[in-house]
Amino acid sequence: MAERSFAKEVEQLRIGAGQEFRGEGILAITKALLECGVGYVGGYQGAPISHLMDVLADAQEILSELGVRFEANASEAAATAMLAASVHYPIRGAVAFKGPVGVNVASDALANLASGGVTGGAMMIVGEDYGEGSAIMQERTHAFAMKSQVWLLDPRPNLTSMTKAVRDGFELSEATETPVILELRIRACHVHGAFEARDNQRPPLSVKDALSAPRRSTERLAMPPFAFRHEQEKVSKRWPRAVEFIMENGLNEFMGPKAGKVGIVLQGGMYNTVMRSLRRLGLADLNGNSQIPLYVLNVTYPLAEAEFLSFCDGKDAVLVVEEGQPNYIEQAFGSMVHRKGLPTRVQGKGYLPMAGEYQPDVMLDALSGFLADNGVPAADPRQRAPNDTAAPPVPDLSAAVPVRTPGFCVGCPERPIFAAMKLVDQKIGPHQIACDIGCHLFSILPPFDLGGTTMGFGLGPASNGAFDGGGERRPISVIGDGGFWHNGLATSIGNAVLNQSDGVIVVVDNYYTAATGGQDIMSSRAENPTRATNNSIAGAVKGVGVKWVREIDRTYDVTKVRDTLTEALTTSVKGPKVIVASSECMLNRQRRERPQRAAAIGDGKRVVVPKFGVDEDICTGDHACMRLSGCPSLTMKTLDDPLRDDPVAAIDDGCVGCGNCGEVADAAVLCPSFFQVDTVHNPGWFERWYARVSTRAIAALQRRRAKKRLTFEKAEMA
Amino acid sequence: MSEHPRHFTPARTDDDGLITLAILAVGGQGCGQLTDWIVAIAEANGYRAQSTSVPGVAQRTGATIYYIEMAPDTGAEAVFSLMPAPGDIDIVVSGEIMEAGRGIERGFVTPLRTTLVTSTHRVLAISEKLVPGDGRADSAVVLAALDQAANHLVAMDMERVAAENGSHITNCLLGALAGSGALPFERAAFEAAIRASGRGVGAALRAFGDAYARAQNGAEAEMPAVAETPEPGIAGPELLRREWAALAARLDALPDPARAMAGAGLRKVVDFQDLRYGALYVDCVLRGAEADRAAGGEAQGWTYATALAKHLANALCYDDIIRVADLKTRGTRFARVRAHVQADDAAVLAVTEYMHPRAEEICGLMPAALGRRIEASPRLFRLLDRMVNKGRRLRSGRLPAFVLLYGLGGLRRFRRSLWRDRVESAHREAWLTLAESRLNRDYAMAIATLEARRLIKGYSDTHSRGHSKFDVVLAGLALVEGRRDAADWARRLMDSALNTPELSAVEGTLATIRSFADDKAPA
Repeated sequence: MAERSFAKEVEQLRIGAGQEFRGEGILAITKALLECGVGYVGGYQGAPISHLMDVLADAQEILSELGVRFEANASEAAATAMLAASVHYPIRGAVAFKGPVGVNVASDALANLASGGVTGGAMMIVGEDYGEGSAIMQERTHAFAMKSQVWLLDPRPNLTSMTKAVRDGFELSEATETPVILELRIRACHVHGAFEARDNQRPPLSVKDALSAPRRSTERLAMPPFAFRHEQEKVSKRWPRAVEFIMENGLNEFMGPKAGKVGIVLQGGMYNTVMRSLRRLGLADLNGNSQIPLYVLNVTYPLAEAEFLSFCDGKDAVLVVEEGQPNYIEQAFGSMVHRKGLPTRVQGKGYLPMAGEYQPDVMLDALSGFLADNGVPAADPRQRAPNDTAAPPVPDLSAAVPVRTPGFCVGCPERPIFAAMKLVDQKIGPHQIACDIGCHLFSILPPFDLGGTTMGFGLGPASNGAFDGGGERRPISVIGDGGFWHNGLATSIGNAVLNQSDGVIVVVDNYYTAATGGQDIMSSRAENPTRATNNSIAGAVKGVGVKWVREIDRTYDVTKVRDTLTEALTTSVKGPKVIVASSECMLNRQRRERPQRAAAIGDGKRVVVPKFGVDEDICTGDHACMRLSGCPSLTMKTLDDPLRDDPVAAIDDGCVGCGNCGEVADAAVLCPSFFQVDTVHNPGWFERWYARVSTRAIAALQRRRAKKRLTFEKAEMA
Repeated sequence: MSEHPRHFTPARTDDDGLITLAILAVGGQGCGQLTDWIVAIAEANGYRAQSTSVPGVAQRTGATIYYIEMAPDTGAEAVFSLMPAPGDIDIVVSGEIMEAGRGIERGFVTPLRTTLVTSTHRVLAISEKLVPGDGRADSAVVLAALDQAANHLVAMDMERVAAENGSHITNCLLGALAGSGALPFERAAFEAAIRASGRGVGAALRAFGDAYARAQNGAEAEMPAVAETPEPGIAGPELLRREWAALAARLDALPDPARAMAGAGLRKVVDFQDLRYGALYVDCVLRGAEADRAAGGEAQGWTYATALAKHLANALCYDDIIRVADLKTRGTRFARVRAHVQADDAAVLAVTEYMHPRAEEICGLMPAALGRRIEASPRLFRLLDRMVNKGRRLRSGRLPAFVLLYGLGGLRRFRRSLWRDRVESAHREAWLTLAESRLNRDYAMAIATLEARRLIKGYSDTHSRGHSKFDVVLAGLALVEGRRDAADWARRLMDSALNTPELSAVEGTLATIRSFADDKAPA
């Protein structure tokens, strides 16, 4: 079960021609796929494309009505390999994953697919995790399109353009027998907007029917001698046909006046930011009417040379707005102009920064600089920077505002694992720690500060390969359950077995791919009617030959995690030592249990709700507990006491009673100020009676002592 | 007649009526819901709207931004931006005060156009919590800047308003936004969005209404409440209360700032032990005040006497098992636990205490001679440690565990004859003597000596590390004493001890001091 349910929203997928669709970009893409008569869909979750996978999972009823097959693929490679169904069969298929990391994983299948080409339209929808809020390294998917000769669509980020790009993409793919990539930036995936819907189409040939009449043609096989022919065919046939198709069907757009001294060429995805900057410069209005000629590349690969050269005609200079580096598009355009001997100057990077996201202020500076240099009248300065005109100075707060890094959620079951690891480090000495991709990567940030590398999904243990031989202290690596099934079982665990690794591998099992939004995987504990779950990680690990395996079924037991880690680091057993530490992702668990709990309490059932607290008189304000926690719910407060300089620990109402505070205080021998208080809803008669008796006896003892001593009662705060 | 915002003025004079709105939040605050509401309100009231966000890891407790643009629906497509631009935002809604500060820093809040609607409460960042001393960023700096930075400001502690109404902060944010008048929609339009969401509507509307009213009534820049401290009441047998009055009266001899501090100190000491222990405290503070006077303390604002009153009280009230057991078994503490989970007197609670005593603590609980003997013998000490050193979870709401803790708390009357008291007394006396001996030579150094006591806190390992830091600071003070920049070095020693958990930082400062102190050994 995913973190977010789209069960309500997917009903919109049924609407027909003429009706208005309102919703998130990802949902609109799904609708467009159905309108295009897609025969099968799949992909692998990851921001910003996770919701597409969630939407598809929640839309299975509608998909099956239409005869569309949906696979939750094991990885991006598996997803792209699935597009093989479009190689021989005239069936449209689409898969989604994040870029560029997913494209990296997919690239083996992508190269094979691209070589032989396709019969049915094949589309990879890539959510580009680039710029602010990104969780990964910053690269471009563009290079993959170029090296494999597949076409890259980068539509304007509104629902109408994005859904049109899905239609155009399939047609382009079929016309050129080439797979296409539809690239969507992170905000476009989550943009809320509207477009006019069309009727859904059943696939003309379903994958089920295709099985009745298998087809093959060695011509499509990506191996010599055909592969040599494919290489020639790519440049002599498919590419020119693609350029023709793009121009004939007007996939790229010319906007604004035809003539002008200057023009702007932009990736479709940059359109809204460019238009807002032009509006601020007084050169465009809110409805997209520009006074500067624009050439919008909804297809950024291949480039249509004739279109570009005609755009340059009569212009002194054009600015190429191309986000990311290297600047492939600008280089290509520069070379076209040079070959043609045109006087037009092609500019881009320089006015725009070489690297980094093109945020509005960057774009505004670049456009105003370019336009000013080329003699376009300067715009109203009040419009450009309204806060420049007689605005009172704003105090500099850069030193006052603390950096807020992300971290483990309240009650996260991974926190105690790293608390234990930190305790082990403190006891035995620092270890070489390799991390992986997933929520557990937060271990590299405060308060844990553990681990220094991450080489890719499922590659944590593999990235410790050079240390497999061992040394004074064993290397530790971390891998999540998501990475484990994605790639890790063979690439990391198998690798460690084969090479007789001396290292310790911690598999963090939280029952989901939690970082991507809680999608089910093979070892998820939930019963899922359309997926086979509940497959054992430990079983798989043993199956590939690991001899030393320990399972921890409650990660909050910090003492046990610490002792198990210590055992793994000191045992004389040869070969990799694998610890599978399992507890359910708290975010998903709360989402699942809260409504159930409320219902049970309403039904009069006995329910125990735990919460932690801190005795403020006992806490000395040293914050050692926080250096082993970082829980958002474990915070601080200033006591109303002139004798105390430092704030004490306090637990806020967000606490879910996971137990980490108490367990850490115990394992690290911190202090006795933590207490757990369980509220018992609908207690039984015996429980009530026992509580009443205890409370009375206790109150009598308390009165007895209070009578013999002085007590100072602070007026309780309201 | 429908209700209109009090001072409704169009947020800006653009012909196309574009309104830009950024929501700055801490991941997990629920501002995705707020975003959906605002879009729905705009669309239901003749506007086209677009929202974007960047879901992903930043939403796991990091700083995150949602962005909305809207314009009157003229039938034509509008091209909305997907990203907020500095200097171009009409409304900034912030779920936390430092996020409002970040909005100002990033240029989203500008004096000529931005309406800033912010909660003034704090959600601490992890970096602020890790410091052994007080690492919290000062929100007063940001609070002071809000009014200057924004064109129109609505600021209130919305977390409190939400809690008072038993609801969630997003309802208050929406209420404050509606009340600010920055959006051209009527109150009923906002309330309709809350009603449509369908969960906890009653409480949500109350929270909305409360925040709306505060925003309308110009509860601008409402600062977080600072409660006045009332003098605590005193309860107990008549005889003890009379003795207390006599003892407390002796403090009247103290000069002003020290007297208030000593009052709090005396209460703490008597609460910890008894009136005799309190008398010890009073004697010592009065003697210290005399010494302060002799050293010209009046001109220094009686800093020495005040610091003595504070740190001596803390030194006298060391954290032993008896104190922990005593505090955990009090009636007031039981009431506080109930309040913590908002439980009434009838509710059934189960309270578990997390304790982990070691041989050190048990030794401290023994009669002085025995405790000393065991601690002196590594073999006996290890044996004892093996017996006691383990995590113990006590159900203090049940009689067996309560009686155990109650009994331990009752050992209070023997405390002065136990081994821990000997250790603490010796340490305290040495520290006091050192401070007093410095008083006549170097007033600032004497204060620094007293203040080093702040480093001793926590339990077990943390406590011993605190002791080590204390020793390092005192060693450093001894080296710099007599130098002109001694006070400066004293501050550096304390800062490095308080800002870094590890001992190494303050040892580094000491090493630096050594490097120059050894060159020119002071006479």
